[in-house]
Amino acid sequence: MPLVYAGVCSHAPGIRGRADQADPVAKDALYAAMDDQRAAIAATNPDALIVIAAEHFANFFMNNMPTFAIGMADFYNGPIEDPAWLGIDKFEAPGNRSLSERLIREVMQTVDVAYAEEWLFDHGIAVPLSFLTPNFDLPVIPVNINCQGPPLTPLHRAYAFGEALRRAADSVPERIALVGTGGISHWPATPDSGKINEAWDRDFLDRWARNDRAALLDYDDAQVYADAGQGGFEIRTFITVSGAAAGSTGTVHHYEPIPIFAVGCTTASYDLG
Amino acid sequence: MSLYYVQKFLYELNRSPAVQQAYTADRHASLEGFTLSDEEIAALTEPDIGKLFHLGVNGQILMHFAAFHQIEWADYLQRMRDGIDAYGPVREGVYAMTGYEGVDAHAATLGQESRVADGAGNAGTSTNGS
Ligand SMILES: [Fe+2]
Repeated sequence: MPLVYAGVCSHAPGIRGRADQADPVAKDALYAAMDDQRAAIAATNPDALIVIAAEHFANFFMNNMPTFAIGMADFYNGPIEDPAWLGIDKFEAPGNRSLSERLIREVMQTVDVAYAEEWLFDHGIAVPLSFLTPNFDLPVIPVNINCQGPPLTPLHRAYAFGEALRRAADSVPERIALVGTGGISHWPATPDSGKINEAWDRDFLDRWARNDRAALLDYDDAQVYADAGQGGFEIRTFITVSGAAAGSTGTVHHYEPIPIFAVGCTTASYDLG
Repeated sequence: MSLYYVQKFLYELNRSPAVQQAYTADRHASLEGFTLSDEEIAALTEPDIGKLFHLGVNGQILMHFAAFHQIEWADYLQRMRDGIDAYGPVREGVYAMTGYEGVDAHAATLGQESRVADGAGNAGTSTNGS
């Protein structure tokens, strides 16, 4: 079936783990936006949710770092972080090994991708799932892009990966929803945690909503690091969603910097028509 | 200098209860098998969070090591700042990409205000990036 949903959201661990330290008005607005996204996805009646994340050395390390990876299991456990620290209890999320395998075979026609039959979800997937499938009752297909350990996945390859995911999702009978998670500008887990470059974020989101491929790819890592921190490298996940929704334009539903969450908290989606 | 092995040990510690138990039982013994300098061994066993950040350990790995040692978020951030003050800029790794000289100097480089969230609330600054 044609892809039924394509959107993005934030995944910062503080969104759950430091929820009690945030301005309650800002926190509540974000939580409401996340619940709107949950409802929007549910309304498409999906059979599975692809979550494109930028994991943080939970499963993939510099001993064997994949540029792209897709999960291929019937279940996944999380969170790998201390549940008390993350504010999310231990869970088991359903997968769909057969569906994963069919998607991977199609993606591999144009993009080299690693597959993983074991995957411990970190906050990059666990935080979004805690809002979007709070009962962990929708099969998840985890996807990872290397946004952490340079050399990083080139941006144009992230876009092409999204196009391949779209082709794969359209080729299976299941109804597939897709969410990218991460960034935008932030300096997570560093002395600069809490710094957020709102102007940079809004400019990026404008490019994302227009799905302007040339503008989305017009970044280099050194400048992203200078302007948007190493957390800015996670624009790859957003750009992959743009590739999956090539030809569509989108809407930013929510954007607000919340320093204690260390990121400009975002939800957005493409109108797949 | 073997940042790779420092981070490899922390990666394994973060994801493995067995490694956590071994580290708790005998910190030095748990590091056997990793190619580490005396400075790195000292930083991992004390632990010296500021030194580890100075050496270039990625915060996505380091923050969990700090949490494992029951170091609160605001204290974790401060220990990294203190490490830069005490030992100097980050030596290698992703934060050394354009040089990391500490919060104020880095902010000045970017033309931004330096006040950041201190963990005690919303005491952060969102900058205009100008
Ligand atoms: Fe992240």
